[in-house]
Amino acid sequence: MSQTGALPISISQVTKRYGDVYALDNVDLEVKRGEFLTLLGPSGSGKTTLLMALAGFTRPDHGSIRFGDNEIILTPPHKRDVGMVFQSYALFPHMDVAANVGFPLKLRKVGKPEIAERVNEALETVQLAGYGERRINQLSGGQKQRVALARAIVFSPRILLMDEPLSALDKKLREHMQIELRHLHEKLGMTTVYVTHDQREALTMSDRIAVINHGRLMQLDTPRAIYDRPANRFVADFIGESTFLELDTKNGQLSFGGNVIKAPGWSGDTGKPALILRPERLVITSRTAGKAMNLFTATVRELVYQGDTSLMYAGLADGTEVTVRAGTRTGAAIENISIGDDITLGLHPDDTVVIDEAGEELAS
Amino acid sequence: MSSISSPANPNETLLKQHAAREKWVLLGLSAPALILVLIVMVLPVGWLFYLSFIGSEGTVSMENYARMLESKSYGRIFVTTFKVSVLTTAICIAIGYPLAYFLSQLPSRAANICMLAVLLPFWTSLLVRTYAWLVLLQRKGLINTWGIEAGLWSEPIALVHNLTGTLIGMVHIMLPFLVLPLYSSMKAIDPDYLKAASNLGAKPSQSFWQVFFPLSLPGLFAGSLIVFVLCLGFFVTPAVLGGGKIIMVSNQITNNIELFFNWGAASALGVVLLVVTLVILYVASKLLPLDNVMGGGH
Ligand SMILES: Nc1ncnc2c1ncn2[C@@H]1O[C@H](COP(=O)(O)OP(=O)(O)O)[C@@H](O)[C@H]1O
Ligand SMILES: [Mg+2]
Repeated sequence: MSQTGALPISISQVTKRYGDVYALDNVDLEVKRGEFLTLLGPSGSGKTTLLMALAGFTRPDHGSIRFGDNEIILTPPHKRDVGMVFQSYALFPHMDVAANVGFPLKLRKVGKPEIAERVNEALETVQLAGYGERRINQLSGGQKQRVALARAIVFSPRILLMDEPLSALDKKLREHMQIELRHLHEKLGMTTVYVTHDQREALTMSDRIAVINHGRLMQLDTPRAIYDRPANRFVADFIGESTFLELDTKNGQLSFGGNVIKAPGWSGDTGKPALILRPERLVITSRTAGKAMNLFTATVRELVYQGDTSLMYAGLADGTEVTVRAGTRTGAAIENISIGDDITLGLHPDDTVVIDEAGEELAS
Repeated sequence: MSSISSPANPNETLLKQHAAREKWVLLGLSAPALILVLIVMVLPVGWLFYLSFIGSEGTVSMENYARMLESKSYGRIFVTTFKVSVLTTAICIAIGYPLAYFLSQLPSRAANICMLAVLLPFWTSLLVRTYAWLVLLQRKGLINTWGIEAGLWSEPIALVHNLTGTLIGMVHIMLPFLVLPLYSSMKAIDPDYLKAASNLGAKPSQSFWQVFFPLSLPGLFAGSLIVFVLCLGFFVTPAVLGGGKIIMVSNQITNNIELFFNWGAASALGVVLLVVTLVILYVASKLLPLDNVMGGGH
């Protein structure tokens, strides 16, 4: 169970079609040695298909998958030596917890005393020491999840795959397990490919996130970069909340409704530039106080109190509705606003992200 | 009313009355079914039970049971019954397990079509099927004619009027009773289990023997038990294909009534058969995971 065994994964031009549907469309993806990489995408985007191609249960139409230096596209699943946590957990109901966890070791002809030792060690790792004799149907959802994890790591695979392993758990437990899985990954150091459709989970856990849609890679980057610098409209829309404003270009300058928009990150390419407005990046300010920012005038349409934050829906001059999220600390600007007020919204130039709406795909 | 119930537990009495009334209504609704069961099940079995204790003099006696213990022929009949039932069940398992496995692995459309082929015999008369086997298996029947013509054997083989013929006919009739529960229990095995086994390093044969087979056992037990119990009381096939050589309990019951008009002896045999069957079911339910047969659910 050490980092030295971790293997990088190299996926290139992997395509899988079901009838007319491209579940995977020429996917190129490099997973680094020991990295925690998350496949994030809406339901039906091809995440499971890609994971199953890595595990050997889906045969791609073409492409190459390498673990380290070895091409494994033709290797049968039982020879791939990857750990996998199934969404359904797939714990064998006719075996107790210890037999489930010991199963891969028994298949590898490990001696009985060593199996017992390693099973205990794995159960300890997932904080289920002493649960070896339990039957599977006596376990709670969270415990099943841990047993499935123990079974997937007990034989020290060099690669660990997980398909929405937390989706059956309730919110509290899920958030707790996210942190725990993260710690476990730090401790074991296996190259991990994790699948989820939950953006917050992806942001919480990953070293890098691969956003996919319709079987295509939309962006591959760190959580912060994915959130702060989405490469295209799909990513901006799928991760976090966004309103898009179409901008005008003149002499390499961006403007909205006649006002120049300062966007240091904008590459200046021609195309169809659009500004991404995130609710929490917009601030309520005034013409004078917000001089350094990009400013928008708006009329308050609706206010929603949500405890930790308040939401404000406001209409811009051109009619676009934007959302502003602000903390509810006593004295916060949003606390003193009423419906119908005319206000000024500011967006810091560093938070000003412009995408090219004409180019949907990840430029690589 | 409100003055009776204490103010701390508002409506307590009313709610209790309501619950009690509901219980009576439910009981009333199930009464017709209970009466039906009484008329068609309890009364006839009780009558049978009573008859079995009536001797040839018309008085209460144990002679019907005593005869079973004394006479060697009865012992033989029970041995034959068990032998035929065990062999039929074993052959059904040997044929039915691979068949059910094959069906369970087919895509659902193909599986449905094949399942129809398995079920088709169900909709044909038992008697017709049994006589059809007689036509096929007899000395000058289709199988012997072809076998001799093809040079496989030179003298007609005795395929019927013996144990072989009885077993062929009974296996044919019993097979669906084994395949159906087995197939449904195989279909209920989550394919993820097999994927998990394979992912953990199991070769296909190891996946099968260590995961699929154990998980299919409840269905196998269920099907085998149904077949075995049906065999114990089977009548038509041994009568037609056994040619008088294979006398099972139910054949002896018929003999007792038709040849000797001895209702008491026949009833006693029926009672013994019933008791043996119940004991087998009870023991099986204690020893085996029989959720499916006993309707215990999961
Ligand atoms: N066995 C299959 N047969 C036909 N279509 C499939 C099959 N598996 C997946 N698909 C299709 O491929 C696409 C991607 O599916 P999947 O990888 O399961 O998505 P995700 O896991 O991201 O929700 C979907 O459109 C799905 O309907
Ligand atoms: Mg999926």
